[in-house]
Amino acid sequence: MLNKSQRKTFEKIFEGLLFSSSTVTSITVIFIIIFLFSEGIGLFNSKPIEKEYFIALNETNPVKDISPSDIDLIFNQDVTNWSKLGGKNDSIILFTLNNITDYIPEDSLGVNLEFLPAQINKFISSNTGVIAYFPDEYKPEKFDAFILPVGNVKVSEFLKGKNWYPTNQPAAQLGILPLILGTLWVSFGAILIALPLGLATAIYLAEVADMRLRNILKPLIELLAGIPSVVYGFFGLVVIVPLVQKTFGLAVGETALVGSIILGIMALPTIITITEDSIRATPRSQKEASLALGASRWQTMVRVIIPYSKSGIAAAIILGIGRAVGETMAVLMVTGNASVIPHSFLQPVRTIPATIAAELGEAPAGGLHFKALFALGIVLFIITFGINLTVEIIKSRTKRA
Amino acid sequence: MKDKSKEVEVEQKPTVIIETKTANLFYGSFHALKNIDFEAYQNTVTALIGPSGCGKSTFLRLFNRMNDLIDHVNISGKILLNNKNIYDKSIDVDELRKKVGMVFQKPNPFPKSIFENVAYGLRVNGISDSGYIEEKVKTSLQQAALWNEVKDNLKKSAYELSGGQQQRLCIARALAVEPEVLLMDEPASALDPISTSHIEELIFELKKQYTIIIVTHNMQQAGRVSDYTSFFYMGDLIEHGSTKQIFTSPKDVKTQNYITGRFG
Repeated sequence: MLNKSQRKTFEKIFEGLLFSSSTVTSITVIFIIIFLFSEGIGLFNSKPIEKEYFIALNETNPVKDISPSDIDLIFNQDVTNWSKLGGKNDSIILFTLNNITDYIPEDSLGVNLEFLPAQINKFISSNTGVIAYFPDEYKPEKFDAFILPVGNVKVSEFLKGKNWYPTNQPAAQLGILPLILGTLWVSFGAILIALPLGLATAIYLAEVADMRLRNILKPLIELLAGIPSVVYGFFGLVVIVPLVQKTFGLAVGETALVGSIILGIMALPTIITITEDSIRATPRSQKEASLALGASRWQTMVRVIIPYSKSGIAAAIILGIGRAVGETMAVLMVTGNASVIPHSFLQPVRTIPATIAAELGEAPAGGLHFKALFALGIVLFIITFGINLTVEIIKSRTKRA
Repeated sequence: MKDKSKEVEVEQKPTVIIETKTANLFYGSFHALKNIDFEAYQNTVTALIGPSGCGKSTFLRLFNRMNDLIDHVNISGKILLNNKNIYDKSIDVDELRKKVGMVFQKPNPFPKSIFENVAYGLRVNGISDSGYIEEKVKTSLQQAALWNEVKDNLKKSAYELSGGQQQRLCIARALAVEPEVLLMDEPASALDPISTSHIEELIFELKKQYTIIIVTHNMQQAGRVSDYTSFFYMGDLIEHGSTKQIFTSPKDVKTQNYITGRFG
């Protein structure tokens, strides 16, 4: 047996242990958030063109500012005349290392390209429509051209841009609108599928099923939550993708619809469990009051129980959406991952988490692409944080009522 | 006034509305009600008294089949309303509950407006004539002696009323569907003395139109409001008779002990 002072010391040590573990947990959470933000915010201090490269125009060209998406259009030759960019009616001449020999004979560049800077200067100043893209090491010392100032990535361009080609040359296209919309489409579809099913199941479990059936069904449904998401993805890929492809006669079956179906199934346990709990939390006195007035079980359910548990149901829906928004693996496997703005559920889409998971491995640490993925992470964090906050607000409002 | 009604009883044979014959109820293996024979007469108040856990509330809930909601309940014997066995397979439970209204121990209004609380029973019974509903809500609230207090605030939430007002609202709600029998499960136990006296006066008025069975813990209350009293103990109906007889000359020693406060 411990004496009193020994016991006191023991309790002090134990208290210290509890305190330190909670401190470690909180610090870890804060550290992760700081890490996410510090990496991601860095994107908006970077330029969307490759480091140590420059873009130059003829000095007489009135165009003095070109956005990253316009640079992309020019180098893809979707825009071939300066008049489209507010300049003179003059066709655009692309001038890069890839096509330099079309304009300048190879032997005049020197064996080690030592004459290249001078040749670049000469070519740009003698052609009004030129746009040149070269590494800094070939920048002429006395340069008669206009070097295009490239601004940092702008938040509005990031959020509203329609193209996501983060490794594009010369200007990376960092528009995440298709990814945000893809995420929302897939999640919205998932809720559309999961909500009626989940509500019906929860009502059945809470009010209709007898105790024996409930004791079998409830653990089974909760088991659904424990299946690894990659298994759901696998199931979707092998079963639902071909099914959707056949049913709708599509070229590819990997579509937003399949993502929604899989996510819907994955959100079901959350929706069912929380809804059922809140239905069962309806006071018995309320139920009895209704039944004692001659209301049927069904009328009682619709007129008393569901209105009473509506905030719990709302929380269930929002948490279900939260699950769908953040889910990565299953979606990555079944949605086809095309970063285009979706117009129908039968198109491939790409979601934010799937993008991060698929691309982080290829993105060099600290580079533009890497930072862009972290910025995507911030967007996802803000969305899910907003969702959780909404749930908390609904819950606290319920408690007060 | 009370004595006068007693005289009336003696003169004419009272009509039996509710009757049980060897009623038994089991919760699983627990024998909660044992071979109970009981009668309640038209336009009278019958009080069910007895110590906690004696089965009086369970017995009350037999008459509107509220015990059906509980798992593992087994009921045998005959429970008759107007000479019809209400546990017969042909009985529509929802219809039965319209005829047998209930007021619960704690006021349990719905989180709706005062008006909607009273209208609820009418709406679930398929009545949509708004003129009729308005009229019925008014008369029910008048019957429950609440009309004058709430007539200007019918749209207010029922939760803004005081506990006593809420309980009278629940009575009005039960009256709106025009039951024949009104079951009251300790309707004043959660209320202050003034609200309690309101409810008691109300019961006295209501018995002119309804047959009332009331569970109460309060001996004085049983003495004040009831014409008949049944004493329950450990699932047995020990004694049943006119309130006057039970309170003045109980036949059973257990009844006497309980009434005089020696246990309970």
